[in-house]
Amino acid sequence: MKNTILAFTILFAIGLHAQTAEERGLEIAKAAEQADLGFVSSIVNLKMTLKNKNGQTSERSLSTRTLELIEDGDKSLIVFNSPKDVKGTSTLTFTHKIGPDDQWLFLPSIKRVKRISSNNKSGPFVGSEFAYEDLSSQEVEKYGYKFLESNGSLLVVEQDPVDPKSGYTRRLVTYNKDKGYRIEKVDFYDRKNSLLKTLTYSGYKLYKNKFWRAATFNMVNHQSNKETLLNFSDYNFDANLTEEDFSQNALKRAGQ
Amino acid sequence: MKHIILYIVFVIFSFAGFSQEAKDDSSVDHDFELELETEYRYFYKDALFAEQKDHFPAFAIRPKYTLDWNKGYESINFEGFFRFDVDDERTHWDIRELYYQKAKSNWELSVGLKKIYWGVTESNHLVDIINQTDAVESFDGEQKLGQPMVQYSLSTNFGTFDLFYLPYHRKRTFAGSKGRLRFPTIIDKDDVAYESGAEEWRQDFAFRYSHSFDIVDLGVSHFYGNGREPLFVFDQFGNINSFYPVINQTGLDLQITHNAFLWKLESIYRSSDAQDVFAFTGGFEFTISNIKNSGIDVGLIGEYLYDDRDELALNALQNDVFFGSRIAFNDIQDTSILIGGISDLESSSNIFSIEASRRIGNSWKAELEARVFSNISDREFILSNFKNDSFLRFTIIKFF
Repeated sequence: MKNTILAFTILFAIGLHAQTAEERGLEIAKAAEQADLGFVSSIVNLKMTLKNKNGQTSERSLSTRTLELIEDGDKSLIVFNSPKDVKGTSTLTFTHKIGPDDQWLFLPSIKRVKRISSNNKSGPFVGSEFAYEDLSSQEVEKYGYKFLESNGSLLVVEQDPVDPKSGYTRRLVTYNKDKGYRIEKVDFYDRKNSLLKTLTYSGYKLYKNKFWRAATFNMVNHQSNKETLLNFSDYNFDANLTEEDFSQNALKRAGQ
Repeated sequence: MKHIILYIVFVIFSFAGFSQEAKDDSSVDHDFELELETEYRYFYKDALFAEQKDHFPAFAIRPKYTLDWNKGYESINFEGFFRFDVDDERTHWDIRELYYQKAKSNWELSVGLKKIYWGVTESNHLVDIINQTDAVESFDGEQKLGQPMVQYSLSTNFGTFDLFYLPYHRKRTFAGSKGRLRFPTIIDKDDVAYESGAEEWRQDFAFRYSHSFDIVDLGVSHFYGNGREPLFVFDQFGNINSFYPVINQTGLDLQITHNAFLWKLESIYRSSDAQDVFAFTGGFEFTISNIKNSGIDVGLIGEYLYDDRDELALNALQNDVFFGSRIAFNDIQDTSILIGGISDLESSSNIFSIEASRRIGNSWKAELEARVFSNISDREFILSNFKNDSFLRFTIIKFF
């Protein structure tokens, strides 16, 4: 009898603590968020190379400022430096953990700030293979999770977007547990659940002894055979940016 | 004009010199850019008035220089403009911007010639009053002359407050004898007088409060000074007497951004001894994005325009409806097209327009514009003069 009780107790305890795949997936996503907590703000320059299926390339350069917020999503300010006809065109984005993001566009030729809809998730960012949703702040609340497999230090988690306007049914994200849960690779599945794109991160460097940042993002579209390469340079975590650097006045200044 | 600019340059550099001493970061960035533009405008209907031409080849130069230091919180910004055209009045130059700016935590100060844009609607820009319109440069009124100012901007948790001191008024230029889009009489800008005894040196002020919260972007503004739009008054002999009245103008601009819809409203109330004006423009912009995963966005724009001046409204938009569509291809060349039409609800008058642009290679851009005046009613006081002035404009710009 005693043994039976013990057995039940053990079974019950296991039952309580046995993690479902969903729980494990969420736990990994949270661990990744936790590992990157406290960067406060960053400035980085970015070169974007667009390749079509014949290998012809075109380039654009941007500068991105990010402000970390804990209770709500991050704020970011993106400024275009080239091609020259769009130089100074800038966007200011307030991401929200729940609900649509707030976004403003600055048009330097007529000095106009225009609030724009952030409804367009799946559309291409400036003709590239990156969709808007691929480049927006990755908040834990924006996905449902399911742990799939582990392979050494690599953990694969399926992420299902909460937003019905997303262009994906799911993403398979490969985290590296031993390197601060940095992301090594993402496979994107389109609305018909066929493999659309693969994003691989390389040239990782550790900043401030805590924050892993990749020097290169390579997005390959398997359906169109087009490719977009992002090269990040001059990461600056010491700018101590504040909310004032993410105002509409700051947006106009950035694009002037 | 020349000595004013010299004065402004002096003021800017003394400000900049003063702040140089206090700066803590020694890295200075500067950047020079140049745009060269060739333009061809073709008016395909016979001119209504003698001397008016059909073909207008033109070119323009836009140099731009920025110098910033103190991590970008202090800067000097310059943007020049020169246009050479068949119409002597359209041949003109301007300093669009030349100002010193200092930003610190929640405030910003700008001193010099600057461009300020207010407003949300697409078919009409009622609230936007700080700068004089460069009326010979473009038909849509979006090109502006540099305005001398001191601007102080303060951001708070409950909105942004902007104060403007505007020490000098700039007159609007009208097309010359060879030019299209003009009246039978040629209006020499120097013949347009001022109501104010101080004339262009009347010291004007403006204020704007703006706030973005949740899905709302709101702006409330007031301007007191020389009006930007001249008034045309006829005496008993039929002569035109034109002048810039002293006006008080209160403006409201409001946008509500809800999913793919932008709901927009602009309204002004303008009072002067000669005339009171109430006007508003309201409507929506709805975007269907990434149609069938093509990357193409199609925006639909609908706006209603009201102006209680009736036929004396200089922009001729007294009771009209605008419908338009903006198509962004989101391709590597940034191809975009804006098609629209303004229709008068009280007469047969319509104005149709197409604006398209596309980047060529890495440093060139081509633009195409068409404006078509259709069934313009002879009762239209202003527009009837333009009824044969439908045109095509083709532009190529090289960026350095």
